[in-house]
Amino acid sequence: MSDSGSSSGSGGRSEREAIADLMADYVHFIDDDRLEDWVELFVEDCSYRILSRENVDAGYPLELMSCDSKDMLRDRILSLREAVLYNVHTDKHVLGAVRVSGPEDEDEDGVRAWSVQANYSLYQTTANGETRLFSVGTYRDRVVFSGGRALFAEKTVVADTFTVDRLLSTPI
Amino acid sequence: MTAAALGLDWPVDDFTRIPFAAYHDDDVYRQEQERIFRGPAWSYLALEAEIPEPGDFVTTVIGDTPVLVNRRDDGGVSAFVNRCMHRGTLLKRECRGNSRMHTCFYHQWSYDLTGQLRGVPFARGHRGQGGLPDDFDIASVHLDEMQVDSYRGLLFGTFSEAAEPLDDYLGPSVRAELDRIFERPIKLIGYQRQRIFGNWKLYNDNVRDPNHGALLHMFHATFGLYRPTQLGGAKMDSRHRHNISYSLAGTSDEAGDVEAFADTENVFDQGFRLKDPSMLAYRKEYPDDITLVILSVFPNLVVQQITNSLCTRQIRTRGPGEMDLYWTYFGFADDDEEMARHRLAQANLVGPGGLISMEDGEAVEMVHTAVRREQEEHAVVEIGGKGPIADHQEYLVTETPIRGFWSYYYELMGIEPAA
Repeated sequence: MSDSGSSSGSGGRSEREAIADLMADYVHFIDDDRLEDWVELFVEDCSYRILSRENVDAGYPLELMSCDSKDMLRDRILSLREAVLYNVHTDKHVLGAVRVSGPEDEDEDGVRAWSVQANYSLYQTTANGETRLFSVGTYRDRVVFSGGRALFAEKTVVADTFTVDRLLSTPI
Repeated sequence: MTAAALGLDWPVDDFTRIPFAAYHDDDVYRQEQERIFRGPAWSYLALEAEIPEPGDFVTTVIGDTPVLVNRRDDGGVSAFVNRCMHRGTLLKRECRGNSRMHTCFYHQWSYDLTGQLRGVPFARGHRGQGGLPDDFDIASVHLDEMQVDSYRGLLFGTFSEAAEPLDDYLGPSVRAELDRIFERPIKLIGYQRQRIFGNWKLYNDNVRDPNHGALLHMFHATFGLYRPTQLGGAKMDSRHRHNISYSLAGTSDEAGDVEAFADTENVFDQGFRLKDPSMLAYRKEYPDDITLVILSVFPNLVVQQITNSLCTRQIRTRGPGEMDLYWTYFGFADDDEEMARHRLAQANLVGPGGLISMEDGEAVEMVHTAVRREQEEHAVVEIGGKGPIADHQEYLVTETPIRGFWSYYYELMGIEPAA
């Protein structure tokens, strides 16, 4: 696989290493504006949700962004490319220590899921080169292996920063 | 007061021009806080459903004033300036909760749910020394209170004795729309917050501008949720301070739309389809065929029906150049599981990350930024016509409701027309 490819696809490593690579691909694909590649880090019947800590704490189900399938993720990315206007910016994620636990016992389909948790900081830089902290929070994920690749079955972003500056366009 | 005394230049009397200084000037902002947010307008506070039980409270801001809203033991609602009468501390710091008493964290002065001061620690000092003077009357201390009234479960407040009754302030057309949207008991599903780097009135302009809906929001036009070629219109109260923009999806034809959008760039791409269009579906829940309503109530409320996505948006001022939008989403108490899921999916359309609304904050900021040094200049508001402001326009290519907002603004600000 070339340098520009997904590192989580290469074999011969432990599952934990593959999960660490998946987490790295996730943030770098967003930051490098490779959103079409980013979508490929998810299983077909995935769930992707950005939650505000305010709603989590108060027990409300509302998300800031939610996709219940890979098709909805594809629609979100296609819409960003073709049908919405948003602030010109560059993303930079800084990922904290990745805590991996698992795998769980096999479910009825024989899939064993890993729980993965990591904190993130997301900085945004404007077209004029001004950088500000856009969001801080925690990823609470479930990762499964399919065809030897680690993929997100569930990606849940709990954003401590629940007042969104300007707008939320590209994924966190 | 004259417009000139405020540093504002209104060259025409039909509000087809808006002085850019009105969005930027610090004195104008200070006057607004006094004459609008502390004046005879009714500001939206919260939903009754947020505070169903005695002791339930929420904190909010009306203009620059922090406000505490609580349910009393008698079932009524009181709203106070969220400030301890002792040394001025913010009394309640939480966004929401339940408490029998409001106890200031600084010196433990405590107030009951009617705002009456009930307790002061060490009021008589210690061992006969210190404490409050003998003539200090605890019973005379009460939190600064707003007048509160409610319509269809929406709580409004005003600081002014001179305010007209809430029903009259809303007027028959707004009341009818609230009767329609809030026809059954609601159930809260959550909040979103968005900070916008522009003046609060630019957002009021934005929501009174049906014309921009399918031009700025390409997603709207592309997927037919809202096009200016659809049946719809803009309906105002008789004073033109509030507005109801509404439209009916599916009432335009594709060929006509292609022709109508011929002058636009990249707005309407016929070839673009969603892989999972379920999010766009409207599950009919009102007796009529209206699929989109943006109801704006002067000065700080927007109520939204975008297909099945329902919410209130509260405008919170943060100085001339900044504001917050506080989105409160709800469904109905009798929603089945599928409808509850559908509303959550449709929340993707709106809010700070909404596919058809994320651009609004950006548009407000771009105007605010561009006119900073153009305060002698004016915005042009002629789409939908000049001259007298009609109560009801049965078409969508209009921005006349913006003129309505400014006509009432002008009146509340006490600006005398130029001779």
